[in-house]
Amino acid sequence: MGILDGKRILVTGVLTEASFAFHAAKLAQNEGATVVLTGFGRMSLVERVANRLPKPAPVLELDVQNDEHLDTLAGRVREEVDGLDGVVHSIAFAPQSALGGAFLDTSFEDVSTAVHVSAYSLKSLTMATLPLMPDGGSVVGMDFDAQVAWSGYDWMGVAKAGLESTARYLAKYLGERRIRVNLVSAGPVKTMAARSIPGFDEFESAWDTRAPLGWDLNDPEPAARGVVALLSDWFPKTTGEIVHVDGGFHAIGA
Amino acid sequence: MASTEEIRSGLAEIVNEITGVPADDVQMEKSFTDDLDIDSLSMIEVVVAAEEKFGVKIPEDEVQNLATVSDAVSYIEKAGS
Ligand SMILES: NC(=O)c1ccc[n+]([C@@H]2O[C@H](COP(=O)([O-])OP(=O)(O)OC[C@H]3O[C@@H](n4cnc5c(N)ncnc54)[C@H](O)[C@@H]3O)[C@@H](O)[C@H]2O)c1
Repeated sequence: MGILDGKRILVTGVLTEASFAFHAAKLAQNEGATVVLTGFGRMSLVERVANRLPKPAPVLELDVQNDEHLDTLAGRVREEVDGLDGVVHSIAFAPQSALGGAFLDTSFEDVSTAVHVSAYSLKSLTMATLPLMPDGGSVVGMDFDAQVAWSGYDWMGVAKAGLESTARYLAKYLGERRIRVNLVSAGPVKTMAARSIPGFDEFESAWDTRAPLGWDLNDPEPAARGVVALLSDWFPKTTGEIVHVDGGFHAIGA
Repeated sequence: MASTEEIRSGLAEIVNEITGVPADDVQMEKSFTDDLDIDSLSMIEVVVAAEEKFGVKIPEDEVQNLATVSDAVSYIEKAGS
């Protein structure tokens, strides 16, 4: 018996074996779910990585900036499964100029790309998959605490604030359709996305000293467990929530 | 275990399949980024494919240290022995 027995879950954002999404997909399969993946750009890499899951999972192409991909998504998912019980949003991108300390000089065009891919896409993905969830479902996104400013995180931090707010509004507007929308606010993990943030290594020492439970920058699994828990039936009346899986970092001052 | 030359030519085939760089260009002294123009994501894919071909494990953190073809070949040799 797994906590996702019989559930059909769409997982976006697998890129490498370090991706949060890879671990969410793996744990979801281990808990009994049927998983369908979406990949972006490097489809051959995503397919190779998908082959390392416990069970083979189909990979559909999805660029959240491509309206045709979004419009055809439900139909393409339906070729693999007859509906969905959950969707994992594990997608973020910001142009280099929007990260790493040039905050005061970033163009709006680059800011808008970051917000489009990293925040607005939670709405686009949820709406694109809504027809597959007539009896309700659970949407889970990946957050990095947006209540404070981080060195180098810059406009991605602004995009994450947007993501947090988007999740609350989706919770508000989709509650009557029994769609829950929650985020996991994860501690830092060395994924491809993280490597593109200049100064990311500084987070390591911060977490070392402040996280009461300790934290491993090379372990995406704890956050992925949080995702699976939120996909399950064990948070039936939780929506618009942000669950911190960060070793307790957010709760501690100095 | 494969010989050094077998690993190099096996790696060259992978590089060619993933990036289109001619296999003959993938010589020991070549730098993946500067000479062969391979970006970080293609490099990750090369490594994933190499892990499968040679039955070794190359941590993602290690990939940035594999600057030249020779670095990668000797890492695979060591990891496989
Ligand atoms: N790594 C961390 O320290 C950390 C911490 C907290 C939250 N997060 C969040 O976790 C999520 C997953 O990131 P990750 O750390 O696993 O890194 P990752 O690089 O493995 O995943 C990022 C994913 O975003 C996808 N993506 C980028 N642009 C896209 C587009 N236009 N359309 C569709 N997909 C697109 C990439 O293909 C990739 O799969 C992101 O939302 C990230 O902000 C990461």
